[in-house]
Amino acid sequence: MSDTATHTADHDDHHDTPKGIMRWLTTTNHKDIGTLYLLFALLMFFVGGSMALIIRLELFQPGLQYVNPEFFNQMTTMHALIMIFGAVMPAFVGLANWMIPLQIGAPDMALPRMNNFSFWILPFAFTLLLSTLFMPGGGPAGGWTLYPPLVQQTGDALPFVILAIHLMGISSIMGAINVIVTIMNMRAPGMTLLKMPLFVWTWLITAYLLIAVMPVLAGAVTMLLTDQFFGTTFFHAAGGGDPVMFQHIFWFFGHPEVYIMILPAFGIVSEIIPTFARKPLFGYDAMVYATASIAFLSFIVWAHHMFTVGMPLAGQLFFMFATMLIAVPTGVKVFNWTATMWRGAMTFETPMLFALAFLFLFTIGGFSGLMLSIVPADYQYHDSYFVVAHFHYVLVPGSVFAIMAGVYYWLPKWTGHMYDETLGKIHFWLSVIGVNVTFFPQHFLGLAGMPRRIPDYATQFTNFNMMSSIGAFIFGLSQLMFVYIIFKTIRGGAKASAEVWESPTGLEWTVPSPAPHHTFDEAPQVK
Amino acid sequence: MAHATGKYYVPHGSWWPIIGSVGLFALMLGSANALNGSGGTWPALLGLAIVLFMFYGWFAEVVRESVAGYYSAQVDRSFRQGMIWFIFSEVMFFAAFFGALFYARALSVPWLGGEGVGFFTNLLLWEGFEPTWPTDGPAGVGGDFTAIGPWGLPAINTAILLTSGVTLTIAHHALRDNHRGILIGFLAATWLLGLIFVGLQAYEYVELYQDYNLRLDTGIYGSTFFMLTGFHGFHVTLGAIMLIVVWLRCLRGHFTPKQHFAFEATAWYWHFVDVVWLGLYVFVYWF
Repeated sequence: MSDTATHTADHDDHHDTPKGIMRWLTTTNHKDIGTLYLLFALLMFFVGGSMALIIRLELFQPGLQYVNPEFFNQMTTMHALIMIFGAVMPAFVGLANWMIPLQIGAPDMALPRMNNFSFWILPFAFTLLLSTLFMPGGGPAGGWTLYPPLVQQTGDALPFVILAIHLMGISSIMGAINVIVTIMNMRAPGMTLLKMPLFVWTWLITAYLLIAVMPVLAGAVTMLLTDQFFGTTFFHAAGGGDPVMFQHIFWFFGHPEVYIMILPAFGIVSEIIPTFARKPLFGYDAMVYATASIAFLSFIVWAHHMFTVGMPLAGQLFFMFATMLIAVPTGVKVFNWTATMWRGAMTFETPMLFALAFLFLFTIGGFSGLMLSIVPADYQYHDSYFVVAHFHYVLVPGSVFAIMAGVYYWLPKWTGHMYDETLGKIHFWLSVIGVNVTFFPQHFLGLAGMPRRIPDYATQFTNFNMMSSIGAFIFGLSQLMFVYIIFKTIRGGAKASAEVWESPTGLEWTVPSPAPHHTFDEAPQVK
Repeated sequence: MAHATGKYYVPHGSWWPIIGSVGLFALMLGSANALNGSGGTWPALLGLAIVLFMFYGWFAEVVRESVAGYYSAQVDRSFRQGMIWFIFSEVMFFAAFFGALFYARALSVPWLGGEGVGFFTNLLLWEGFEPTWPTDGPAGVGGDFTAIGPWGLPAINTAILLTSGVTLTIAHHALRDNHRGILIGFLAATWLLGLIFVGLQAYEYVELYQDYNLRLDTGIYGSTFFMLTGFHGFHVTLGAIMLIVVWLRCLRGHFTPKQHFAFEATAWYWHFVDVVWLGLYVFVYWF
C-alpha cells in the first residue's frame, strides 16, 4: 500500500510497455482496458444515438420526409444492436475493469491477456456490423430480435450481422469469465463475499448471467444461419420446425440480457446513494439476495415477450405470474435505496442527482413493465409505443443514467481531477428533462394505438410525436456536454483527494487520485 | 517479466490478443462473403490460419511461463476456474440445440399434427399430416429417409468414448503417482480412441447421406441430428487435439504429480464431450 502511494504514474509505466498506440493494443492493465472499453462505449453511444435522432427526425411529423421506410427500419434495428452490445454492455464492462480490482484489493484482473482480447474483438465486430449499412440491400431491418422469417429477407447483410454477433458473444463470455474469476479468486484477505461492495456483487451475478445466455444467443443465430444457407428447417413449419421456436430461444437469452444491462446499474446506485446520504446502505444482505433472486427469475419469464404468438393458456399464466414475482425483489431494492436516504445528511452533487433520477425514473419503467406482464393487457400494448416507452425508461434513465452517475462518481479517482460541478449539473438537468420529454409521451402514443417500428403515423399522433422528437434532440445534443466535461476533467481541473467525497466507503478511496498504474501489488488487509 | 516472485503474476503487454482479433475479423469477414457467394474463401482461410497461429503462440507463451515457475497456486486457481466457466458456456451452447430438439419433438411437430392449439393449423394448412418422430415435417422436406438406430455404430461409438474416459482417468492416476510410462501409454490410447470415434462418425455421415438419404436438409430431424452430432464431433476433434498437445508435453517431461493444470483442464473438457455424447445417444439416436 505505502509502496503504491509513493509510485508516480510515470515510474509505474514499465520500460517493457510499448508507447503510443502500441501500448493500447497490447495492454494487459485493467485500468487501460477499462478506459478503452469506456471510450469505445462512448463512441458507440453517439453512433447509436445518431440513428435514434434519424428515427425521431422522421417521426417529427406524419408522412415520409427524410428517409425511406427501408432505411428507417435499418435505423431502428441498428440503433438497438449498437446501444445494447456496443454502448451499454461495454460501458459496464469498462466500469467493472476499472473498479472491481480496486474495490476488492486485487493487483489486476485474474486473466489480464484475455482481458485485452475481450476488448479488442469489439471494434472489429462493430466494423462488421456497421459495414452492412453500405451493402446491397442495406443493413439488417427486421428488428434487433432477428425474428425469422422476416429477418431472412435481409440482403447480403445477414451473415455479417450473425457473425458480428458471434464475435460480440465471444467477447462478452471471455469478459464475464474474467470478472467471475477475479471476484472469486482475487479478493484481498478479509474481503469475504458478504463484505464486497454492491457493485462487485451485482457484477458477479451479471457475469454468471452472461456466461449462461450468450452461448444460447450464439446457438439461436447459428440456427438462423444454417436455415438461410444450409437448408436446415429449425424455423420452417414445412420441415417440422417453428418460427416461434426462434423467439423462445432468443428470449431465453433476451430476458437475462435485460438484467445484464440493469444489475450493474443497481450496483452503481447502491454505491452512490450511501456516499451522498452519508449513511451505510440500508439492508445490504437483502440487496444481495434481491439481486440473486432477480437473476434466478430472469430465466423463467422469457415468454412474456411473446404473449401474442398463440401459446397455450397454461404457458401464458405461468409466465405472467413469474414475471410479476420480479416486482418483489425489485421492490426490496427500491425500498432499501429510499430507506438509505431516510434521515441522511444528503447533498446533491452530479453523481447523486443521476442516481436519484435513476431511482425515480427506473421505477416508472418498472411499473410499466408490471403493466405489460398482465397477459390480457399485453394483447393491447404489444408492439405499440407503450413498449418502446417502457424499455427506454429502464434503459436510458435506468442503465445509461447509472453509467453516467458512475462516471461522475469515479472520474476524479481515474483522472485525479474534479469535474466541473456546474457543468455537470447543467448536463444532468438537460438530460433528465430531455429524457422525460422524449419518452413520457410515448406511453400515451402506445396506449392510443401507435405501433412501433413504422416510419409514418396517423395525424392524431402528431403532437406527442413532435414533443418526443424535440425531447430526443435536447437529450442527444446535451450529451455533447458530457463528452466535453469528461475530456476537460482528463486535461485538468481542481486536484482530487484520495477520498474525493466525504468519507466514502470502499478500498478504491484508499489509493491516491489518480489511481496509480498498478495498485494493490501488496494485498490490503480488510477488517 | 514476472512482477515479483510470490505475487500474482500479471503479464505485461501481449501481442497475441490483437493478432487473434485481426484473425477472427478476417475469418468472419471472409466467411460472410463466402456465404453470400462473393468469394471470401481465401480471406477466411487466412483468418483461420492467423487464429491457429495465435492459439499456438499464446499457449506456447503460457507453457513457457508455467515451466519457468511464474505461476503461483493462486494463478493456477484462476486458470481452473476460468476453464470451468468456459465449459459451462459450452454446456449452454449445446443446451440451445437440445432445446430446439425437445421443442420440436414435444411441441411444434405435435402442433403441426393438430394437437392442442394447433387444431386449425393442421386442419387448414397441413391436413392429413400425422406427427411422428423422426420426421422431415408436413411437407416432407428432403424426401423419404431412414433414421439410424441406436444399436449399430452409435453403440460402438458410445463404448469407445466411455472407454476413452476410463483410459484418461488411468493416465491421470499414473501422472499423480509419477508413473510416466503408464501416463504416456494411456494418454495415447485416449486420443487414439477419440480419433477413432471421429473417424467412425465421418463414416456414419457418409453412409447416412448415401444410403439412408438422411441429410442436413432432411427437415427438422436432419437439422437437429446433424447440428447436434456435428457440433459434438467438432468438440471431440478439439478435445483430441488438446489431448495430443498434452501428450506431446508429457513426452517432453512436462507436468509434475502436483502441478498439471493443462492435463486436468483437458480431462474436464474430455469428460464434458463424453457427457454431451451420452445426451445425444439417449435423445437423438435412442428415443
